[in-house]
Amino acid sequence: MIEEFKQWYDDRHSYAKEWKKNNRNGKVVGYFCTYVPEEILYAANCLPVRIMGGHEPPALATPHMFDMWCPFSRDCLSQGLAGKYDYLDGVMIAQSCLHIRQAFGAWQLQVPTPWSYYLCMPNAVTTSHAKKFLAGELAEFKKAVEEWVGKTITDADLDRGIDIMNTNRRLMKQVYEFRKEDNPPLTGAEAMTMVWSSQIMDKREHTVLVEQLLRDLPNRRLDRDPGVRLMIVGSENDDRLFMEMVESIGATFVIDDHCTGSRYFWDEIVAQGDRLQAIANRYCDRVPCPSKDFTQGTWERKRFPHITNLAKEYRAQGAVLIQQKFCDPHECDIPSLRRQLENNGIPCYFLEFEVTVPVGQFRIRIEAFIEQLRADELFD
Amino acid sequence: MPKYKTKGLDCWNKAKELRDRYYRDYKESHERGGLRWEGGAWSFDAIPQALEGEVHGLSEEPYGASIGHIPELQVRYQEAAEGKWGCARDLCSYMRAYWGSVALNEYAFGGEWPHADFIFQNQICCCHSKWLQVADEIDGGTTPYFCFDVGAGPYDKIGDRQIEDVVGQLYDGIEFIQKVTGRKIVDEKLIQNVYNTYRSNCYWAKTCELNQAIPAPLDEKTMFSLYVLGTLEKSNQAIADFYEKELYPEVKDRVADKIAAVADERCRVLGDSQPPWGFLRIYRYLEQYGIVSVASLYTFSLIGWMLVDKKGDIVPYPTLEEQGITIKDRDHALRLLAEGELKGKLMWAPFYGANYKNDLVTKIAKQWRCDAAIIHLNRGCEGTAQHQMQLKIALQEMGIPVLTFEGNMADEREFDEGRVMRLIELFVTETLGLKKVA
Repeated sequence: MIEEFKQWYDDRHSYAKEWKKNNRNGKVVGYFCTYVPEEILYAANCLPVRIMGGHEPPALATPHMFDMWCPFSRDCLSQGLAGKYDYLDGVMIAQSCLHIRQAFGAWQLQVPTPWSYYLCMPNAVTTSHAKKFLAGELAEFKKAVEEWVGKTITDADLDRGIDIMNTNRRLMKQVYEFRKEDNPPLTGAEAMTMVWSSQIMDKREHTVLVEQLLRDLPNRRLDRDPGVRLMIVGSENDDRLFMEMVESIGATFVIDDHCTGSRYFWDEIVAQGDRLQAIANRYCDRVPCPSKDFTQGTWERKRFPHITNLAKEYRAQGAVLIQQKFCDPHECDIPSLRRQLENNGIPCYFLEFEVTVPVGQFRIRIEAFIEQLRADELFD
Repeated sequence: MPKYKTKGLDCWNKAKELRDRYYRDYKESHERGGLRWEGGAWSFDAIPQALEGEVHGLSEEPYGASIGHIPELQVRYQEAAEGKWGCARDLCSYMRAYWGSVALNEYAFGGEWPHADFIFQNQICCCHSKWLQVADEIDGGTTPYFCFDVGAGPYDKIGDRQIEDVVGQLYDGIEFIQKVTGRKIVDEKLIQNVYNTYRSNCYWAKTCELNQAIPAPLDEKTMFSLYVLGTLEKSNQAIADFYEKELYPEVKDRVADKIAAVADERCRVLGDSQPPWGFLRIYRYLEQYGIVSVASLYTFSLIGWMLVDKKGDIVPYPTLEEQGITIKDRDHALRLLAEGELKGKLMWAPFYGANYKNDLVTKIAKQWRCDAAIIHLNRGCEGTAQHQMQLKIALQEMGIPVLTFEGNMADEREFDEGRVMRLIELFVTETLGLKKVA
């Protein structure tokens, strides 16, 4: 299964084109942030595809976004400008960080796409008004999608969309449970490849693969020493080269907090009569992106205790904090998060990511971190 | 012989005095039994300033800009934020300066860091909610914190639902500050503060509109020192009076009398984003060529409320008096406050897309009769530097020559003055074909 996830992720554009060929009435919608309510797109028989970078120097984006914008957002735009997403029928964003909004804004003007939509997702998701406001935004969004696809989205359609998303979320969470084992039957790179592929595949097809993986995992044995148990936390991360490198030098990523990882699927929609309100509640209650992690009444962040709990539950011995260069939301949180984790006995190591990662340099640095953690083991 | 008469503003010293008093009052507030709160240029200051007794706020961006203007403080504060706290050096430079000031326990206007009693902030860019979240953490993490979400949509999509969302939060904010301070909101003060907010924002917009005149009565370098009062405390009676009764009439007279900001005006330039504050001499250099920087979305609408009228022109947002509105009660005041901010603050529109920024700025370029644009690609502020490269393309498509240069509003380590001056010189002499005024 892992090979299939990997294959689909690496060949994601062919996958989407093939999907279009097989779903004549369906539309493919590229989306820029995981706050996009994919439920409504599935309800309208659309395939939501997360727009990702290509890990190539984003030269094409330079005339449109100067270099202080995060490399991931410039890479995404660059992929669009290069025509890699020429099969998209639509493109959308849910209000999130300024960096990815730059990419979306430039895309709207520079990458011909028939339909585009800006969903005004609240920034302050924890206010007592956010859920109601978002439900209103979702109603407007639903209407816009209905007009675009020429079809009314019924409650039954929404139920189907919610079920598709919830099922996939629940199963991926079950896969993550296996990572708690002393010798996890899948590596961190493999687990995250599963998540990355879920963001570009039809969830129904992806779910079939995850179900098969869940059947295989109890008997799956990896011929490797898991080494030090690590957590990885930070900005968007689909850098398999980096993850595999770390897991080849005496460590295993046992848990993550990324929008390309657990944060994407951790929370399900709790059903209620008003479907749009149910969807709004989920997106406001989910583990927040740091750009939305502030509340009213206290400066404390919702995400920090969640991350600390994950580290404890998955018995992480150390945490690698990564951040896309210039990613303000994570840059603001990382000094505090580092203190939070270290105060809870979890040593941290920080790395700044670019579109292309200097694997050789990072290898030396991570080796030193692993050695430090192993040295601590001697005195335990 | 200069083309036009020129002279300094008569109200200049008053503006300086108001600014000095603001920072002094914040520092001394506790000594007089007053409250202190931290917020930002876009905070709903009308609310905390309506609490019983004496209250003073500290607005984070102008405080950061003040540090940016003082080279000896700037780098020391930035390095304290980076070194003592451990933040990345590419974050908002105002924010790093502010954090460094807290980390060093120093107030840039003298003495120790004056701890606030509560935080009352707005979120629209990624840094605004985080700014005081972290500042308070550095300061010990005991200051009650409240942050509004004003990202409810661009000005042309604001309806009852969006206003209702913000008004609901304003009520929550009132409950919060009453609880944490033990003081009540005085409705008479709140209503007066909303009147003042409208006067400050609308009269600044009217003043900016006057700069469409040739010669321009104001240059951007001067405007920076004038809009700042609104970023400090737009609900303040003295500040509202300054905009309505001193600055606006004086600039109107300057237009009537053809008193120019730059005596040899012959080229009108459009700007974008904050300038590198430690290097405002760039504007004086431009003046030698008869160039006057007359307009920018940032300078106009950081506080100025404007709207796009039926003809598609950018015009000042009407005052409450012009709308024939008398504020009836608290609810009415809060609704008007939310409505004005959401509909009138065009500066927020680019947060929703490059098409908004291009549309508004190209309108400004036409209406303010700009001949060229000099855009500071500001590495210090993602909020104001949004979509700058798309804007460059849009301006070039309408035939306006554009120079872009990279810099940082408040971190001189990211500004290469020699290189930028050379770029400007080449742009002015080669692209615009201008010679120094004899």
